[in-house]
Amino acid sequence: MGKIEIFDFKKKTLRQINQYLQNIDYKKNLREYVIKNPNGNHAICAGLKEDIKVSIKGHVGYYCGGMNKNANIIIEGNAGTGLGENMMSGTIHVKGNVSQSAGASAHGGNIIIDGNASSRCGISLKGADLIVRGSIGHMSAFMAQSGTLLVCGNAGEALGDSIYETIIYLAGKPKSLGIDCEEKKITNKDLKKIEELLIIGNIKNIKPNKFKKYGSAKKLYNFKIDNISDY
Amino acid sequence: MCGIVGLYLKKKSLHDKLGFYLSGMLINMSSRGPDSAGFAIYNNDSKNFKFSISIPKDFKFKNFEKSIKKEFNDIKIKVISDHIVVNTRTLPKNFISYLKNNFNEVNLIGYGKSIEVFKQVGNPKKIVENFNLNNFSGSHAVGHTRMATESAITLDGSHPYSTGQDECLVHNGSLSNHNNLRRNLLKKGIKFDSLNDTEVAAGYITSELSNNKSIKKALTNCLRDLDGFYTFIAGTIKGFAVLRDEIACKPAVIAENDDYVAIASEFQAIAHLPKINQAKIYEPDPGVVYTWGK
Repeated sequence: MGKIEIFDFKKKTLRQINQYLQNIDYKKNLREYVIKNPNGNHAICAGLKEDIKVSIKGHVGYYCGGMNKNANIIIEGNAGTGLGENMMSGTIHVKGNVSQSAGASAHGGNIIIDGNASSRCGISLKGADLIVRGSIGHMSAFMAQSGTLLVCGNAGEALGDSIYETIIYLAGKPKSLGIDCEEKKITNKDLKKIEELLIIGNIKNIKPNKFKKYGSAKKLYNFKIDNISDY
Repeated sequence: MCGIVGLYLKKKSLHDKLGFYLSGMLINMSSRGPDSAGFAIYNNDSKNFKFSISIPKDFKFKNFEKSIKKEFNDIKIKVISDHIVVNTRTLPKNFISYLKNNFNEVNLIGYGKSIEVFKQVGNPKKIVENFNLNNFSGSHAVGHTRMATESAITLDGSHPYSTGQDECLVHNGSLSNHNNLRRNLLKKGIKFDSLNDTEVAAGYITSELSNNKSIKKALTNCLRDLDGFYTFIAGTIKGFAVLRDEIACKPAVIAENDDYVAIASEFQAIAHLPKINQAKIYEPDPGVVYTWGK
């Protein structure tokens, strides 16, 4: 224990690194890994299954940590489109900014973003908790079904458009709310959840009562005969 | 898909490296566009005009050289792969009409006092080698690797499109109202060589610029008049400008430091640039025009 294995993109290919990390023998292999020179490569650490820690020293491309199960992935840089898409469990922590569709349809686990996330953050979210220290772009939490999106900064246009059961906690202001998304009353249960998420995100400079809660107005849940002309 | 790249060098001491940096950017974007590639290089403005011309395979170059030197007395010709760059004092109007009347088989792909345009069909890595891009110098450049969607894999369908003096445009995306726009622009006297959607956008920007609009205003008007998906890099003699449509499905990442401004479809295109890890790296906001230049 205590040993760290280092992979370098200058010496190994993406496939070699990913296949190694995807097929860890939990009894024999180490639990801690470092990836050097990621240089914006796509799909780094996609499909990890075991409870291991991977630190990536630099910027990554698309779909980093996609489908992750159990692993703790730390990105010391920015991440491209589709960070942690369809993640099942585990943690992804990005120390820089993140591009579009972060946490798309993620089922579980935590995604922590220290910088900003751009458009469609948490699109179709299915149960994971997303914690963003900065701001998020337009159409975030579009059709999000379950889980939580906590944002310390502002949100772009059409926040929570066609949202289902995902809850959004926003400390800043949304440029506009999407269709069927409305502000909701904060309860003690919400404050507890916010506090919990702030601890996970190691965010100390903002109090839980600074957040506003947004969720579904549930007006799109059932067919309304009055809207027939819109179809 | 397509990959687009742009590089603006802030320091003169780096100008010799422009081609070297740009070739890495284009090669790294091969995965987004394996069908064709092209680039526009801006170097020192001269009093003369430079005409970038793509010549066909069986072209009788000696014959061309002889006639053109007879017609205009100050001609200098640079030959690179299947491209020639003609340097002359002759005004574009006169030179272009001479070319059209006497050598209709060649393709004039760009002209101006600073710009040189090169494009070919094939793998970007091969194209970069064919043109010896590593050896080019200049202040700024834009480039493109193409995955064909709206029109065929031909030279006519390759970017950058240069529809006006020292102007060029590269595009990642697709436009849906280009046929209508083309008809309107043709009436205004803008000429098109292909059926490609990007060429229409380039013509639209040329038309806006010729109405004394700034590049910032011209691109802002794109938001109103162009329908479709796009991330544009529009090159001018001064620098370049970037615009993403308001839906912003087409990616872009910008890196800026004391030495340069680099933009590309993906970070991996600019990962090889020096001091990249100290650069400010961000994504351009949708519907906002960004400009850099002298």
